[in-house]
Amino acid sequence: MPEKLPVIRLAHITKRYGGVVALRDVEFSVLPGEVHGLVGENGSGKSTLVKIATGVVQPEEGEIFIEGQKISRLTPYLAFKRGIHVVHQDLSLFPNLSVAENIFAHEYIERNRSFVVWQDMERRALEVLGRLGVELDPREIVGRLSFADQQLVAICRAIASSAKLIILDEPTSSLTFREVQRLFGFIRELKAQGIAFVFISHRLDEVLEISDVVTVLRDGVNIGTFPKGELTKARLSFLMTGREITTESLVADLPEAREILRVERLTRRGEYADVSFTLHQGEILGLIGPRGSGRTEVALTIFGLRPPDSGKIFLEGKEVVFRSNRDAIRHGIGYVPENRLLQGLVLDQPVADNITVTILGELVSRFGFLHPSRKIAVAERAIRDFGIKAPAADAPVRSLSGGNQQKVVLSRWILTAPKILILDTPTHGVDVAAKESIYEMALGLARERGIGILFISDEEHEVLKVCHRILVMREGRIVREYRPSEVTEEALRREIVG
Amino acid sequence: MALLGRVARSTEVYLVGVLLVLSVVLFLLNPKFATLENIFDVLRNNSFLGIVALGELVVLISGGIDVSFTAIATVAQYVMGVLITRYAVESVFLAFLIPIPIGIALGAFNAFLVNRTRVHPVIITISNLNVFYGLLMVISKGKWIYGFPAPFRDFARLKVLTLVSEKGVDYGLSIFTVVWFLIAVVTWLILQYLPIGRKIYALGGNSEAARRAGFDIFRIQLFVYCYIGFLSGLAGFVHAELNQMIQPNAIVGRELDVLAAAILGGASVFGGAGSPLGVVLGVLFIAFVKNGLILMKASAYWHQVIMGFIIVLAATLSAYQQNLERKRRKGV
Repeated sequence: MPEKLPVIRLAHITKRYGGVVALRDVEFSVLPGEVHGLVGENGSGKSTLVKIATGVVQPEEGEIFIEGQKISRLTPYLAFKRGIHVVHQDLSLFPNLSVAENIFAHEYIERNRSFVVWQDMERRALEVLGRLGVELDPREIVGRLSFADQQLVAICRAIASSAKLIILDEPTSSLTFREVQRLFGFIRELKAQGIAFVFISHRLDEVLEISDVVTVLRDGVNIGTFPKGELTKARLSFLMTGREITTESLVADLPEAREILRVERLTRRGEYADVSFTLHQGEILGLIGPRGSGRTEVALTIFGLRPPDSGKIFLEGKEVVFRSNRDAIRHGIGYVPENRLLQGLVLDQPVADNITVTILGELVSRFGFLHPSRKIAVAERAIRDFGIKAPAADAPVRSLSGGNQQKVVLSRWILTAPKILILDTPTHGVDVAAKESIYEMALGLARERGIGILFISDEEHEVLKVCHRILVMREGRIVREYRPSEVTEEALRREIVG
Repeated sequence: MALLGRVARSTEVYLVGVLLVLSVVLFLLNPKFATLENIFDVLRNNSFLGIVALGELVVLISGGIDVSFTAIATVAQYVMGVLITRYAVESVFLAFLIPIPIGIALGAFNAFLVNRTRVHPVIITISNLNVFYGLLMVISKGKWIYGFPAPFRDFARLKVLTLVSEKGVDYGLSIFTVVWFLIAVVTWLILQYLPIGRKIYALGGNSEAARRAGFDIFRIQLFVYCYIGFLSGLAGFVHAELNQMIQPNAIVGRELDVLAAAILGGASVFGGAGSPLGVVLGVLFIAFVKNGLILMKASAYWHQVIMGFIIVLAATLSAYQQNLERKRRKGV
C-alpha cells in the first residue's frame, strides 16, 4: 500500500511582515484522517500559518503542496476548492438564515442563475447532518441555536463542500465541558471518515486529548512536531514558552482575616438561587462553573447591575442596596468584565485614556478641565507598576497583545483603590505566559493591598492555583466549597459537570 | 415559504391582527371606512408609498438604507413630465419608460458611493437626496408641470374591476394597486427563490461572513440600490398619474413614512430581516391610520404627531422583540 500523501504540506515557509519575521523556515504537514494539534503563544505564528495554508497571505519563501501536487500560488478560492477549510472562532455564519442555507450558502456563487429549491437543499442538509449524527432541524434559524450547535453547522458547511482538512481555530473557548466532549466525538467520527483536522487551542489538556500529533510554534519557528505519547501538559507549556510553569498552588494559607463581603441567599429568578458566601480581606475566592451556571449574573448583581429578587449583600458587616454600578463603585467594588474587548476597552483610544477612565474625577483641575500631563503621569506609573507592555502611554490599546489589554483593564480598576475586585474569567483567550502574569497581578493585589478578589473561571487548574477557596456553581446554585488542597483537578471537573 | 423566517412570519401574523382591530375601530368610529369604495381608494392612493417601501425593504435587508429615493422619484417623474408635455408624447408606455432608467442610474450612483467610500449609507443617501433634489430645483426653478396628454390622463382612471356606487359613481380596483401588489410578488420571488435574494439576506445577516464566503459585495449593493432606484422611478410615474400634476416638492419629505412602513413590517435597520408581505401590511397599517384621521377630520398636524408616534412604537417593539430573542437564545 503506498504511503498516504499529506492533505497539505508546507515546506520551508518563511513570512515577514515589514521587518518582523512571522514564520521562519517552517515545515508543517497534515495527513488524511489525522488530528493535528497546533499550539503556541499569541504571536508565535499560528494565525500566519493558517493564513498561508488557506491562501489568504502568500509566503516569501517555501512551497505548498496539496495532496502531493505543488501549488505555485494558493488563493483562498483554490484552497476552498481543494478542500481546505477554516472554522473561525466567530464561525462566520449567517444568524438570520436557516441551518440548511448556512450549510449550502457557498453554492449561491456558482449556481447564480438557477432557482433556489428549498426542499432539495433541506434534504441534502439532512444528509450532511446525518453523516455527523447531528440532530438538528435544517429549517431552524441558526441564530437561535446554542454556540455549540452553531459550531457544528459551521463544520457541516465545510463537509458539504467536500472538505479534506478542517482547521478549527480555538473551537472550545466558548464551550462547556460536555459540549467539548460532544465536539470531540464528532471530530473522531469525521476522522474515521478520512477527514483531517488542525486543532488550534490554548487549552493544552484538550489538545493532548484529541490530537494524534502536536506541532509547537514559538517565535515563528517550528519547535517540533511530536506524537501525543511523547507529551505531557507540563512539557507542552515548556516547549511553548521556553520556561517551566508550575501547577502548584501559589497561595499561602490566609490568616484569620476580616470579612469584607457577605452575600446571603441571593436569588434572581431564572438566573441563580439561594447564593450565600463570604469574602475576606486579601482573599482570592474562586467561583467556577460552566457558562450559563449563573456565575456572571451573581457577579453583576454584586456590582449593582442586576438587582436581586431577594437576599442581602453586606459590605464590612453593613447591609447595602445598590441601585446601579455607580453605587457599587462608590463602595469600593471593581468589576473586570468577561469580554474585555466588548465591554471594557475603547480600542482606538490611547492606553493612558483607557487606564485613567475610572478616575477622571481626580485628574480634573480646579476649573473642571482635565490635566493632560497628570493623566499621562498616572498612566505611565500604572504601566510600570503592572508591567504592561505598551509602546507608549498614548499608543492605542488596539496595538497591545490580548494579555496586555487585559492588564490595562485590571490596572484601571486598581487605580480606584477598590476593596473588592471581581475578575470575570480574566484569562479567557490569553496565552500561557500572559495567564501567569495575570495570576501574579491578582496574587500581588490580594497580598499587598488586602483586596478581596472574586475570581470567576472555567479552568480547574487555574482556580486550584490562585484561589484560597473555591466555590462550584451549577445551574444557578453553589453546590460545593473546597480548599485547593482538598480536591484534585479531576474531582473538581466532575463536580462542575455534575 | 417555509424558510421565510419564523421571526418574520410571527411579525406578519401579528400585523394582520393589529390591522383587523384597527379596521374594526375605524369602522365603529365611521362606518364609511369599511366601504369597498373607501378601501379601493386607500389602496390606490397608497400605491406610490407601497411600491417604494418594497424597494426600501430590499435595501434594509442587505444591511443598508436609502433615504434618497424620494429625490430619485421626483427627478425621474420631473424629467418624464418635461419630455411628455414638451413633445406631446401620446404613448403612455413610452412615458412609462422614461423614469425607470433614470431611477436605476441614480441608484447605481448611490451604490457606487456606498461601496467605494465605505461611509455609512445613511450619510451617503442623505447627501444624495440633497444633491439630486437641489439640482432639480436649480434647473426647474420649482415650476409645476400639468396638462399632460390625454392618454396619460385616461390611464389614471384604468381599473381592473369596476363597480358602481349607490350614487351612480364608478369605482374599482385601480391599475396602480395591481402594479403595487405585482411588485410585491416579484420582490418576494426574488428574495425567496433567486440566489441574489438569498445573498441579500446573507449580507445583511453577517457582512464579514458574506465576504469570507466569496460573495461579490459590490454586485449585491449595486442590485439593491438599483432596485430601489428602479422602483422609485416606477413610483414617480405612478405618483404623476395619481396627481395628474408634478410638483418638485410633493414627494421629498415622505422618507419617514416609507421607513416606518418597512420597519413596522418586520424589517430591521440592522439588516437581515423583513419580508414583502410584512411591508405591504406595514403600508396598509399606515394608510388605514391616515385614512381614519381624514375620516375623523383631524388636522394635518395630528397626522404628523401620530406618524411620529407610530415610528417610535414600531422601533421600540422591534428592539424589544430582539431583546427577547437574545434572552431566549442564551437560555439561562
